[in-house]
Amino acid sequence: MPPTRGTHARGPSGLRLVWVYPDLLSTYGDRGNLLVLERRARLRGLAVESIMVNADQPVPTQGDIYLMGGGEDLPQILAARRLRADGGLAAAARNGAVVFAVCAGYQLLGAEFGGENGQPLPGLEILNMRSGRGQRRGVGEILADVDPSLGVPRLTGFENHQGVTRLGPGVKPLATVAVGVGNGDGTEGAYAGRVLGTYLHGPALVRNPGLADLLLTWAAGQLPPLQAADEQWTLRLREQRLAAVPS
Amino acid sequence: MGKLPLRARVATTIGGAAGRMSRLAGRGDGSVIGGVIGLRVEPDLLALLAAGRRVVLVTGTNGKTTTTRLITAGLGALGQEVASNAFGANMEAGLTAALGQAPDASMAVLEVDEKYLPAVLAATRARVVTLLNLSRDQMDRAAEIWLVARRWREALASAPDCRVVANADDPLIAWAAGAAPDVIWVAAGQRWHEDSWCCPQCGSHLSRDELGWRCGECEFARPPARWVLEGSSVIDSSGRLHDLSLSLPGRANRANAVVALAVSDVFGVDPRQALPRLREVASVAGRYTQVKRRGRQVRLLLAKNPAGWLEAFDVLGAPPVPVLLSVNAREPDGKDTSWLWDVDYRVLRGRPVYVAGERSLDLAVRLEADLVPFELADGVDDAVDRVAGDRLDVIANYTAFQHIRVALGRAA
Repeated sequence: MPPTRGTHARGPSGLRLVWVYPDLLSTYGDRGNLLVLERRARLRGLAVESIMVNADQPVPTQGDIYLMGGGEDLPQILAARRLRADGGLAAAARNGAVVFAVCAGYQLLGAEFGGENGQPLPGLEILNMRSGRGQRRGVGEILADVDPSLGVPRLTGFENHQGVTRLGPGVKPLATVAVGVGNGDGTEGAYAGRVLGTYLHGPALVRNPGLADLLLTWAAGQLPPLQAADEQWTLRLREQRLAAVPS
Repeated sequence: MGKLPLRARVATTIGGAAGRMSRLAGRGDGSVIGGVIGLRVEPDLLALLAAGRRVVLVTGTNGKTTTTRLITAGLGALGQEVASNAFGANMEAGLTAALGQAPDASMAVLEVDEKYLPAVLAATRARVVTLLNLSRDQMDRAAEIWLVARRWREALASAPDCRVVANADDPLIAWAAGAAPDVIWVAAGQRWHEDSWCCPQCGSHLSRDELGWRCGECEFARPPARWVLEGSSVIDSSGRLHDLSLSLPGRANRANAVVALAVSDVFGVDPRQALPRLREVASVAGRYTQVKRRGRQVRLLLAKNPAGWLEAFDVLGAPPVPVLLSVNAREPDGKDTSWLWDVDYRVLRGRPVYVAGERSLDLAVRLEADLVPFELADGVDDAVDRVAGDRLDVIANYTAFQHIRVALGRAA
């Protein structure tokens, strides 16, 4: 039995993955993160239960890993309103659940994000950070080197956002940007405890299996490596994308 | 063309010559370069060329080229020449070239890029605007689709003489068209729901049932439709049922045909006159073309975004007919392949699947996650050679599709 941490104990049904608001926060391939986590957990022999929670349903507090995707301005604003009223996600995060959020979902983790006209709107206050609207849109491939203490290889992904994020005390940058925009100050993403967010949008975990395994390890403890045959396509894709972007 | 001001005549002549030279030089069909040069000589050329003609504009994420072709076919019943950008060159230069090449056509059916609709509507003073659907597409270069819908809404609100033919089943389309004074609603269906869970008017959650969609908080709801796609038939605005029996395959094309019938009807063409002409359309700019290749029947399907792939799967031959998937991520395709994860590939289980294209590894990882067995292929001919039976269906996105057409000798 892998160790569990904090007050948060993994349920008897296995690893519970909760995709928060796929109806609002799933702009471009966000399902990929859920599919990658499911696959990598099952290949380690873990039972997985995936729950999709739409914006008109309560967010359960007993999940092990919560996923939030990207979204356009209006769905992001609606999601913030619903999630603040619901309280389930913030409660789960306080109890030690793993949260992984990309792009618009990442901004929602903070105290503040920019609305459809750039006006500041209240976020979920799970991470001590604030986001707003930057001068120009960052669109393109991104490379970033992860905080060495996390033991995750270089991130490769695609970003498409106009957000700028400033981290407060108690929150660390996930990575340092090598190519791309990220948070807007040379850093990219953020993490504190077992809550982690990134501007790599959509299926960010697809090309970053190390990040996927970090989240799984936070939720389920140490995991054995995958068989080479199960990694070959992912590693070939990762290699191709890393080589395609000059840094 | 006799009525055109001198500079516009010069611009059209020079542009036409450039187009012919471009075709002679083998640089495509010449439909863009002529317009580019003409517009440089006379920036108002599109408005001048459109003046006095009855213009139909067609826009939406998917089905523009096919619907443009179907409307042109339907209007053919009037026996008049119809100008059209039949090959999908749908920005200002392509439209200008299409009109310049048909100076005597009194009617024009023009497909328009989603972003350009407001400018083209203002320039052409179109009689009819046709709005098909809106969904996520090439998000690294296109605006958010809600913004696109808002710009359409504003443009249509300031075009009071224009009639709109719009798909009532797509909430974003219904919102964009809702500002127009005269809308002919068509129930053309909407299979892809992932971009319309939010009310475009107030941002609240939309609910769906067998009657359509409605907002839970404001009054916004699916408008009642006068034309209805019902399985393989259409119910026209007089309540008559017609069997469609198209040559083009799939649900999406039946939806396009119903829209084309409604537009034809605006110009006095009865569905009974229009339908036989629509049935004659068998391929559109290479889409749905069947090519004989090394003893195998190869069929080409273009799908550029998740909603398009969903409709393309609908058209595939029954398993075990093999399929080749080919994906690129060049500028016209969108450089971001994230959308692959919005497509549910599990329907491909039970048939041989080949993957090719510059982003075949992205496809490989995607199929692996959906537990769909696949093989890498080195282009269309490699896949053709490996097929056991006598058929191969091909689904490709934009530049991958063009590469395959070239590989097959532009047989399309």
